[in-house]
Amino acid sequence: MFYREAGDFKVSYQQDSQTFPIKFDRYRYYAVMAFAFLVVPFVINDYWANAILLPFLIYSIAAIGLNILVGYCGQVSLGTGGFMAVGAYACYKLMTAFPDVSMIIHVLLAGGVTAVVCVGFGLPSLRIKGFYLAVATLAAQFFLVWLFNRVPWFYNYSASGQISAPERDVFGVIITGANATATATYLFCLVFLVLCALIARNLTRGTIGRTWMAIRDMDIAAEIIGVNPLKAKLTAFAVSGFFIGISGALFFAIYLGAVEVGEVFGINKSFLVLFMVIIGGLGSIFGSFAGAAFLVLLPVVLKVVGVDILGWPTDIVAHLQLVIVGALIIVFLIMEPHGLAQLWRVAKEKLRLWPFPH
Amino acid sequence: MPDSLLFGTEVVLNGLMAGVLYALVALGFVLIYKASGIFNYAQGVMALFAAMTLYGIMVGQVPFSHLINAIFGTHIHHFGWEIPAILAIIVTVVVMVAFAWLVQQYIFRHLVGQEPIILFMATIGLAYFLEGVADLMWGSEIKALDVGLPQGGSFWIEENTQWLGMGNENFYGFFLDQLDLIATVIAAVLVIALVAFSQYTKQGRAMRAVADDHQAALSVGINLNFIWVLVWSVAGFVALVAGIVWGSKSGVQFSLSLIALKALPVLMLGGFTSIPGAIVGGLIIGVGEKLFEFALGPALGGATENWFAYVLALVFLVFRPQGLFGEKIIERV
Repeated sequence: MFYREAGDFKVSYQQDSQTFPIKFDRYRYYAVMAFAFLVVPFVINDYWANAILLPFLIYSIAAIGLNILVGYCGQVSLGTGGFMAVGAYACYKLMTAFPDVSMIIHVLLAGGVTAVVCVGFGLPSLRIKGFYLAVATLAAQFFLVWLFNRVPWFYNYSASGQISAPERDVFGVIITGANATATATYLFCLVFLVLCALIARNLTRGTIGRTWMAIRDMDIAAEIIGVNPLKAKLTAFAVSGFFIGISGALFFAIYLGAVEVGEVFGINKSFLVLFMVIIGGLGSIFGSFAGAAFLVLLPVVLKVVGVDILGWPTDIVAHLQLVIVGALIIVFLIMEPHGLAQLWRVAKEKLRLWPFPH
Repeated sequence: MPDSLLFGTEVVLNGLMAGVLYALVALGFVLIYKASGIFNYAQGVMALFAAMTLYGIMVGQVPFSHLINAIFGTHIHHFGWEIPAILAIIVTVVVMVAFAWLVQQYIFRHLVGQEPIILFMATIGLAYFLEGVADLMWGSEIKALDVGLPQGGSFWIEENTQWLGMGNENFYGFFLDQLDLIATVIAAVLVIALVAFSQYTKQGRAMRAVADDHQAALSVGINLNFIWVLVWSVAGFVALVAGIVWGSKSGVQFSLSLIALKALPVLMLGGFTSIPGAIVGGLIIGVGEKLFEFALGPALGGATENWFAYVLALVFLVFRPQGLFGEKIIERV
């Protein structure tokens, strides 16, 4: 009944190549967009924005970026935290150096800077594959965090070694600093997320996405049928870096406001985003959202259940959270290696036939 | 001899000692990777877990006491006995074998035939899980592990190398940590034992056969499940040794699990599949990072140890993607 192509006739080329070819899918998409843009901003409060919505939006961008690299192009990266730090520090330097330029441009430029750095660290991927590459990206992680910690120029010689976002506005609405409202920060991040998701979705179903997938499935075979591995791998690193940079910039400027690099963008951040991609589903844009939502919600739910309802000490709940996250990852990999996105796909197939499954 | 040369030599010696410790962790990785193709990220956390278990057993802590107290409102913490180190080590080995069996039975048996990257992710999940369990079981505070290994600098070496200074007043002989020396000996014994085990015993040969080809090994009647449990147990034992050495050196705490990250560049340098590679790689990294910090650290702002190993390995891999001693990677379509 749902998700059925039957009766949904395409009469023009444009209709045939639209992003969501199935009618129900398209309407669902419009409905979600309408809800996110027209309903949520009016009911949002500070708690919801800071505990759930902002991290969800920002991590979704990072997860989409990493999914392009790992899920679509098959290049495992453990340097996400370091690349997010690049985005954050690029944004900080730009914000303080050019206070009059719009934040939108700063965030985009931060993404661009990260893309360049990411390509630089992606260069060895032409020679190194698999685990060796995964470990090589750790070099990026540790080197970048060290760099931002030790070179005072990056944090403008501040005494604490931290960076903190000065107050900036977009079209007259304050979006960074303590005076920003939940609605403003939420909408700012949402716009970036929607744009990133649209770009990613369309890149992955076009030529460039197909070359990525060819490289992922078997790079030598792809090379033989005429895919340029240099171009494919480095574009994947660039696009991924761009998204991750944007998420890093937003994470710093909009969400946290002040950042100490080793704490916020450490190796754990890399793993967290990687887990989102795995739990959500490798090679799926929807999966990136699902994974981000899952891992943002899980600690909140655990905290509410453990600390507020059961009254356990916070350290036990924190340890339990590790256990549960670890166990869930293993369970997911055993039961459903393709993640939440696969469950969604199966559900769609079922809905397609419902209520007459035969 | 001039000052800088003397200090340089001392740095090299200390680097060698640190390298031995890295190699000790890297060994556990190589064992599992060779036999099952699993890149075991949890090795560091296994060392942490083993060291915490050892400590907990030695002082008679009640496992999960924190959790039990939180749920039932009781106030238990210790059994009230203390167990000598050697007995506790044996019990810990049993625990690690049980752990190996559980891991094989409930996780990796279900993941046979999956892509290597999925297996790698599973071990990251395992690392989180085990870290959480270790904290719940024994508490997360820093523990001072003392199994009777000597601490402090070795006066004997200091006294007997003083003549090298040729009357230089700033030089009092080489300063080497006794613990590091012991660790070197332990590592050497461990490596010889492992090599002997894999060369001369039936199980060891079966292990090597599995490493070469799973299906061929299966077809000559080797029990894969048993071999994998065995390999994980051996890796657990290596983790315990690494945990004891590192735990005696700097206390049993969370940062112990991060030595896994230090072992990764060692592996890259030496090759994932080579035991000598792990050792040579460990020594190169140990000496390299200490020398680099000694020579250029002050100019670059210090703490270059955090990344030097990775960058070295990265640069090295670009020229030799399979590492120093790794098997040549042949790709076929």
